[in-house]
Amino acid sequence: MRGFRQARWDEPLVYDVSPDAKEGALVDEEFREHAERLLLKLPDRVKRASLDIPSLSEVEVVRHYTRLSQMSYGVDLGPVPLGSCTMKYNPKVCEELAADRRIAEAHPYLDEDEVQGLLEIIYTLQRWLAELVGMDVCSIQTPAGAAGELAGALMIRKFHVDSGEGHRDEMIIPDSAHGSNPASAAMAGFKVVKVPTDSRGNTDLEALRAALGKRTAGIMLTNPNTLGLFEEHILEIAREVRGAGGLLYYDGANLNGILGYARPGDMGFDVAHLNLHKTFAAPHGGGGPGAGAVCAKGSLVDYMPVPIVDYDGRKYYLRYDVPKSIGRISWFYGNVVPAVKSFLYIAALGPSIREVAEVSVLNTNYLLKKVSSLPGVDLVYGHGRWRKHEFVVSFERLYKETGVGAEDVAKALLDRGIHAPTILFPLIVPEAHMVEVTETETKENLDRLAEAYREIVSLAYENPEEVKRSPRNASVGRLDTAYGNLPKNVAPTYRLLRERRAEA
Amino acid sequence: MPHPWIPNSYIKERLMGEIGVSSILELFSDVPGELLLSGDPRVGYGRPLTEYQLVRLFNDLMERNSYAYRLPPFLGGGVCLHHVPSVVKHIASRSEFYTAYTPYQPEVTQGLTQALFEYQSLVADLYGVDVVNASVYNGSTATAEAVRLAVRVTRRSSVVLSRSVHPEIAEVVRTWSEPVGIAVDVAGYDGETGRVDLGDLEDRVRKLQPAAVVVQTPNFFGVVEQDLEEVSRVAHESGSLVIVYEDPVFTGVLEAPGKLGADVVVGDTSSVGSGLNFGGPSAGILGIRDPDGRLLRQLPGRLIGYTKTADGEEEGYIMVLQTREQHIRRERATSNITTNSSLEAVKAAVHLTLLGSRGLRKLGEAIAGRTEFLLERLRSAGLEPHFEKGVHLREVLFRHPRIGDLRDFLRNRGVYIGPLVGRFYPELRDCGLVCVTEVHSREDIEALAGLVREFLGVDAP
Repeated sequence: MRGFRQARWDEPLVYDVSPDAKEGALVDEEFREHAERLLLKLPDRVKRASLDIPSLSEVEVVRHYTRLSQMSYGVDLGPVPLGSCTMKYNPKVCEELAADRRIAEAHPYLDEDEVQGLLEIIYTLQRWLAELVGMDVCSIQTPAGAAGELAGALMIRKFHVDSGEGHRDEMIIPDSAHGSNPASAAMAGFKVVKVPTDSRGNTDLEALRAALGKRTAGIMLTNPNTLGLFEEHILEIAREVRGAGGLLYYDGANLNGILGYARPGDMGFDVAHLNLHKTFAAPHGGGGPGAGAVCAKGSLVDYMPVPIVDYDGRKYYLRYDVPKSIGRISWFYGNVVPAVKSFLYIAALGPSIREVAEVSVLNTNYLLKKVSSLPGVDLVYGHGRWRKHEFVVSFERLYKETGVGAEDVAKALLDRGIHAPTILFPLIVPEAHMVEVTETETKENLDRLAEAYREIVSLAYENPEEVKRSPRNASVGRLDTAYGNLPKNVAPTYRLLRERRAEA
Repeated sequence: MPHPWIPNSYIKERLMGEIGVSSILELFSDVPGELLLSGDPRVGYGRPLTEYQLVRLFNDLMERNSYAYRLPPFLGGGVCLHHVPSVVKHIASRSEFYTAYTPYQPEVTQGLTQALFEYQSLVADLYGVDVVNASVYNGSTATAEAVRLAVRVTRRSSVVLSRSVHPEIAEVVRTWSEPVGIAVDVAGYDGETGRVDLGDLEDRVRKLQPAAVVVQTPNFFGVVEQDLEEVSRVAHESGSLVIVYEDPVFTGVLEAPGKLGADVVVGDTSSVGSGLNFGGPSAGILGIRDPDGRLLRQLPGRLIGYTKTADGEEEGYIMVLQTREQHIRRERATSNITTNSSLEAVKAAVHLTLLGSRGLRKLGEAIAGRTEFLLERLRSAGLEPHFEKGVHLREVLFRHPRIGDLRDFLRNRGVYIGPLVGRFYPELRDCGLVCVTEVHSREDIEALAGLVREFLGVDAP
C-alpha cells in the first residue's frame, strides 16, 4: 500500500486535554437531601476526601477518543496476519444484532423462564460447537481461551484425583506450544514436561514415549500446531498417552485450519477449549473481551464447570447438578455478547462453514509459496508439507546476511499499511514470522503482502539501514521497549509518569 | 458453497491452480483418512442464511425472552442496571478499536495503547493505588487472580474471605485456588450490621496467617464495610495482604480503598460502561498499592507503560514488564491470561472521563439518595431491611416471610426485584435484594412501594 500514512494527532493524555473542570454527562441531583441523610450515617473516614480525575465536556471526550481510534489499526483497515490469532473479518450484522438492548439490559439473575431466547442461543451455540469438535458437551462460561485451558487442566487434575491417581502431576507440552498452555498447566498445579518437535514439524514421538510415565496426567496439544502443520501421528500420540494413563487436551486456537474437516474428539482428545473470538468471528476488541468455550467427552463430561446451559425437552435451563464439577470458573454464564456473535456467524454460514478451513488453507499455501522463495527467507520445519491455517518462516539468514531481522521486517510491513504477523514465535524458529491470513483476505491483499515482503527483503540487501528506520508512516516511530522497561522508567499511570518527569 | 464473508471462496479453482493442487483434499493429505469428514457438519439451519433471514431468526429468538421491564429492574446481586452513555457506545463501535488485536505492534496501535494507559491511570486514581493492569476478564476472575497474586507474594497458602463477598466470586476463588492447595477460609458477618465480623476475622487471621484477607464494600448485602482500616491493621499485623473488592461506581462517595489499607483492589466495569449483558462481558479491575515494588513483579495480565522512541524524539506507550506473562515466561508466568477485556476497559475510561470528578461524585450521591429513598418507602410499605444497623448503598437486603411470593407478585407486574439469597445463604432464605441506581426515578420507587404495599396489605401512610 504505497502512500500509507497513519493519523498522527498530537493528542495529549486525557489528563492534559483541558485544565477546566466540566461535565460530559449530566447526573441528576433530585435525591440530594436523601443522599446527605444517608451519607451522614457513615463515619468521615470511609467517605471520599478528594477525587481528581479529568472532567471534560462531551465533545472533548468524543474528539479525544475518536482521534485515538484513528491511531489504531484493526481488521477493518487491512490485514492483521497475526499467527495463531485468527484475525478474521468480523461481520457487521453480528455486531449490530448482538448490541441489542434486550441483551445489553438483560440481568443475569432474571429467571430462566424469562430468558428462554437467550438460553436457546447459548445452548444451540454449545451444541454446534460440540458437533464441530466432536465432543459431547461444551460450555461458554469461560470468558476467553486461556480460561478454557485452566478449566480443562483443572478437569484433568480432578479426574485423576477421583480415580485415585492424584500422583499424576506432569503435563506434557510440545516446545512449539502457545505460552498459555504451560501457564495454564502450572496454574492447575501441574509440572510441565516439554517435548521437542521433529524435522517434519510433528511432535517427536520418541521423545514423547520417553516422557510418558506413571506421573503423566496428560498432554496439551494444538492441532494444527503453531507451525501450521497437522500432527501426522495424532492417532498414535493419542494411543500412547492413553496407554500411559494420561488424558488429551486440545487447544482450539488453531481450529480454523481444519474446521469441518477433522474433529479433535475423533482424534482422541478428552477436553478442548475454543476461542470464539478467533475461529467464530467475534472481534478481538484490541485485546478482549473474547469468549471461550470448554468442551468435554466421555468421562470428562462430569467434570465440566457449572452451571451449564441445558435443555430438558421443554425448556432451557441452568444445570447445576454436574456430579464431579470443578465448580465455577467465572461468575454468571460467560461473555454472552461475543457468544451471540459467534452463534449468528455459524447460523449464517451453515454448511458453508467448510469454506472457512478450505480457503484459510488455500490462502496460507498461496502466500507461503510466494514468501518462502524470497532471498534470506527459510521454511524451517516440514519441507514439502502443506500448511493449514498458518505458516512460519525464518528470517535468520536475512539477519545474518544483512543485519535486518524479523522485527525490522515487521516494522517495515507497518509502513506499507499492513499489520505485522506474530514475530519471534514459536520459540523453536529463529527470527520467526508466524503468518495467518485467514479465509477473509482477498487474493489482491495476499499479493500485496507478498509484494511488501519482497520489497523489504530486497531493500534489506541494498540498504539495510533504510529498513531499520521503519516505521515512519505509523503514528509514532519505532518505540524503545528497553527504555520503558527499565525499573527507573516503568510508568504505567499518569501520576507515576508525572513523578518520573519531575525527577528527570 | 461460496460465501460473501469468504472472498476467495469464489476463486478457489484459481488458487488451487496457483499452488498446483487439483483438489482441496490434497491439502489435507496429512490428516489420517479415518479422521477426515466428508459431509457437511450439522450446524446452522441446513443452508446459509441471508442477512435478512439472520435478522429475523435473531428477532424470533429475542421474542422468546418473556421478560419485560415495566419499570427499570430493581435486580441486584453484584450487578445492577446502570446507564451506558451514548458516547461510550459510539467510541466502542469505532472499528479501529474493536477489530484491533492486543497491541503487539504498538506503533500502529498507539491510540488503543494510550486509551488503555488512561484507563489504568483513571482507575488507579479512583482506588488510590499505584498500578492497575489493563484488565482481566471480570470482577470474579480479578478476585481469583488477586488471591493467587497474594499467595505468590507472601508464599503462604491460605486466604480468608469475608462471607459477605459475592458468593459467586467466592465460588470462583475456590475453583481457582483449592485444587492447588490454597485453603479458603471464611469469616462471618455481624448479624445486626451485615458488616464483616471483626472478632471472627481477627481470630481466623491470627490462627491461619493467611496470604490475604478479602472483603467487599459495599458487600453482597449492599452494606458499606466501615472498618477497612481495622481489617487492614489485623491483616497487616499477621503479614497478610488486604484485597478489597469495590464497584467503581461508589468511588465518588466512598474513600479510596488504597487509602484505607488495601494492598490489592478489585472490581468490575459493569457499572461504568459495560452494562449487564446477561452477565458478560465486562472488564475485571485489578490494581495494587505497592510502595516497595514487591507486588508489581507478581502482577498478572497486560500492563501498558510509557516509553520513548528509539531515536529519543517522540513519546509513546507499549506493553511493559511482559516477562511476567505467559508468552514469554510460560509455566513460570504470573497468570495464563492472554485476551483480557481491553475494549471494556476503554469504555470505562470513556465513561469515567465523561463523568469527571464531579459527575462521579454526583453519580455516587444519586445512588445513595435513591437507596435512602427506597428504604424509606419500602419501610413504610411494610418491608424491613434484614440488617437494620447496616448502612446500605445501591442494594438493600429486605426480609419478609413471604419474600418469594412478593417477588413473583411483582414479577407478574413487570417489576423485578432479587435475587433471593437463600440459595447462597440458607439462614437468609426469607431475604431478597433490591437495587436502585441513577436510572430509577422517584415515581419508579413509589410505584414499587405501592405494589409492595398492595401485596402486604399495609394501609397507605
